[in-house]
Amino acid sequence: MNRIDMDAAGQFLASPSAETRGWRNIDLKWLIIGLSVGLVAYLALMPLAFLLWQSFFTPQTATKAVEFTLDNYVTAYSSVETLKLFFNSVTFAAGTSTFSFLIGTALAWMNERTNTPLKSLFFALSIIPMIIPGILFTVAWILLASPKIGIVNLLLQGFFNTEYVFVNIYSMWGMIWVDGLHYSSMAFLIMTAAFRSMDPALEESAMMSGASVPQIAWHITLKLTWPAIFATLLILFVRSIESFEVPALLGLPVGIQVFTSSIYQAIHQYPSKIGLASSYAVTLLFITSIGIYFQSKLSSHGSRYSTVTGKGFRPRAMDLGRWRYLTAAIFVVYFALIVILPFLVLVWSSLQKFYSVPSLAALQNLSFDAYAFILTYPTMISAFVNSLFLAVGCATGVMLVTSVICWIVVKTKLPGRWILDNLASLPMVFPGLVLGLAIMIFYLNVDVGIYGTMWILFIAYVTRFMPYGLRYNMTSMLQIHKELEESAAMSGASWSTTFRRIILPLLKPGLLAGWIYIMIASIRELSTSILLYSPGTEVVAVLIWELWENGQYVELSALGVMFIVALFLLVMLAQIVSRKFGIKEN
Amino acid sequence: MLSVTGLFTEYPNEKGEIVKAAQDVSFEVPEGELFTLLGPSGCGKTTTLRSIAGLERPRAGEISVNGVPVYSSANGIFIAPNKRNFGMVFQSYAIWPHMNVFKNAAFSLEVGARKYSKKEIENRVMRVLTAVGLDHVADREATKMSGGQQQRLALARALVMEPKLLLLDEPLSNLDAKLREQMRSELKRMQRELGLTTIYVTHDQSEALALSHEIAVMSAGRIVQIGSPRDIYERPRNKFVADFVGLTNFLDATIEEADGDGYRVNSSIGALSVTSFDQYSRGDAVLISVRPEDIELYQARPQGVNVIEGKVDFKVFLGEVLDYQIMIGERKVLARAHPSFKSRLGDTVFLRMDPEKCITIQDNTQYRKAA
Repeated sequence: MNRIDMDAAGQFLASPSAETRGWRNIDLKWLIIGLSVGLVAYLALMPLAFLLWQSFFTPQTATKAVEFTLDNYVTAYSSVETLKLFFNSVTFAAGTSTFSFLIGTALAWMNERTNTPLKSLFFALSIIPMIIPGILFTVAWILLASPKIGIVNLLLQGFFNTEYVFVNIYSMWGMIWVDGLHYSSMAFLIMTAAFRSMDPALEESAMMSGASVPQIAWHITLKLTWPAIFATLLILFVRSIESFEVPALLGLPVGIQVFTSSIYQAIHQYPSKIGLASSYAVTLLFITSIGIYFQSKLSSHGSRYSTVTGKGFRPRAMDLGRWRYLTAAIFVVYFALIVILPFLVLVWSSLQKFYSVPSLAALQNLSFDAYAFILTYPTMISAFVNSLFLAVGCATGVMLVTSVICWIVVKTKLPGRWILDNLASLPMVFPGLVLGLAIMIFYLNVDVGIYGTMWILFIAYVTRFMPYGLRYNMTSMLQIHKELEESAAMSGASWSTTFRRIILPLLKPGLLAGWIYIMIASIRELSTSILLYSPGTEVVAVLIWELWENGQYVELSALGVMFIVALFLLVMLAQIVSRKFGIKEN
Repeated sequence: MLSVTGLFTEYPNEKGEIVKAAQDVSFEVPEGELFTLLGPSGCGKTTTLRSIAGLERPRAGEISVNGVPVYSSANGIFIAPNKRNFGMVFQSYAIWPHMNVFKNAAFSLEVGARKYSKKEIENRVMRVLTAVGLDHVADREATKMSGGQQQRLALARALVMEPKLLLLDEPLSNLDAKLREQMRSELKRMQRELGLTTIYVTHDQSEALALSHEIAVMSAGRIVQIGSPRDIYERPRNKFVADFVGLTNFLDATIEEADGDGYRVNSSIGALSVTSFDQYSRGDAVLISVRPEDIELYQARPQGVNVIEGKVDFKVFLGEVLDYQIMIGERKVLARAHPSFKSRLGDTVFLRMDPEKCITIQDNTQYRKAA
């Protein structure tokens, strides 16, 4: 430690929480901090280390011990297949991110900067697409647009009286369409935030300087949001290259392989090729790490651009004239494509005995058999309980641990605290499937008796959602003036009292928002769970996956409908609760 | 009562450079007095206060209350802030937004080492809230209150714990001008009635002059002068203090001869009789400070010493006063007159300065940079 570090450490000790007397208080404070730091380091680093390690070894068999090898990488990188894999993955991710970005940005602009009717309703509804799990969204679009049974094709074929296949969801374009639509709501939310964080005075002063609307859009709006645009594109690219449901359901049947689906296949063949899967995973991890690195660089750079005024403001909306009915129609069409059509097709399918396309004849055969089947399905209850337990436990654990981490990062001058920040954010680069793989390998090798239990899923979820918890807490923590804490210390409160009675209550808006987000995200979670569940520890998303593999579309639809309705009610409930118990914004 | 000796507090800034916030700061505050640390931003006054509070850990020195050290580098003592029992009002007030008025005030009684019964807490809190005039809003959300009310609540919260020492960090700076003056006199009345030893930090000289028993003017981490408000204002010991506290005219001069309590000097606006608290000999270069309000203006040449002739160069009407900028040769001098004194630009006027109000100052370059 050099002198500055010593001083910094001294400074940390002199922070309001510092104690030189009262050993019990010291113990509690350092115990909590130490535990949180240790936990984060363990969760973030261990799986990564083992994944790397595993990719350099041969599989263990009864006759042969593991040995060091570069074969996995040689196999992975010497084949033409891999080149195709790489090409497919990048094409898919680039297409998806561009498509979702264009939709999301256009919608965000219409919503934030124009006088489109219904826009406040649209914004309120924009959370709904986030609720629908990726696997259900994909299945719904298969029912809508598959070449044989897709409703869109059948309708068009009937209309034009032809056998021609109009749309084929089992293609690269189909994959981009479905995944792009699915991520467009995320793009919409990010770009909305970007538009909002920009001081409208910057645009208004350009207008006062005599610039026209296109000139303002080009010279001011676009230039100022440029870092946000690029950062959004990058995060969408990363999210699409690591998405699993769409490539697995739409790509695999027609042989379009990407990294995630190949990892899944390598594990799910006999004998499973863990080494090969690991080397694919490391490659994928490499790509996502670069993406996330530049994305975070851009975001921190971008914050210098966006001049936040602090006051809530409503920028002057641009008058679109008659065109506003067109933009309103776009809202309606978009909402139909992303929520109403997929949900309706699931409802239709769930009411059949055997799947058939909508027709008058099929209307005669409506039944609730599928629902009865699902409700009496043997693993249904346990899957439901598992999902709920994991969601609540994971959300609570993550938010509490990251609140301590956040406090250390934001409020102390402890040297090396930025490392802690980065450690807790590290799982962000793990695609869900890769994280599942890494954790699987780790606990197969380090036998602490949790492989095959709920705890391995719990650890995976906590690791996966830690970065999100950190972000939510960070935003709130930065808003807590340090004098609020210092005045508690001056009032005679110890560190733990201050943390419990001042910090946590003040974090409540962020804690609640993060808690809700993580709970919903973990209930929907499939890609991490798919490699880690075992009989008895299925979660609802896995159950849907199993039904799909068994070809039980009708039953799947019934489960899907109930799942979406339940998630929707949960979100509504959570919002009511947080509005009631959250701190009113002043 | 409070004694600070040889206090050094330093900390690394964002870039890792060491900020020398408090340098060899020493002062004594007798029981029941209000002591002010006055200086421009970055002079180390807040750091000194935070060191007394225990929110910063000094590098060296000693801080003791009634002879009992709360910090001593020599003996390795550092009492944590939550064990010092000092009340503090922060610049932002630091009112906890998730508690109502009563809860905010009651917090220190609930978390402190000494346990109070519910009844006792209520009695004490209501007594203090009544004293600051907030008893009728005890149930209100703390964030729903006006700036002045938040300021009173912050004060109530600090007082309810019956602190040994009250620390105030620019408590009035977030209020608008009218309210600030009102709160200033309320604060003074309350401090004098309670007789609570108080350390007050401010950059506003009029606050410091109005409130304090004693003022320490700080610059670049050091105390440059300690004295009563009158001392600080009328007998600044150096250029920095004269410049920072109030407006003044600085005139370059050389000593001619001793003259009663002071000297005859030859200044940039002519020969003057001045007062001095230092010893000089003939030919020494000194600086003369004359406050604008101590310069009397006349249309006709008046009787007496230190009468100088000049021309009105510029004037500013400020309501209760009228500021005149007078040219004397090449030198501009600022004079403050009653608005009834009317003179047009270019008119010849006569300045008269009481020798008692013309003070010699050591032109210490050390402070020139800070000013």
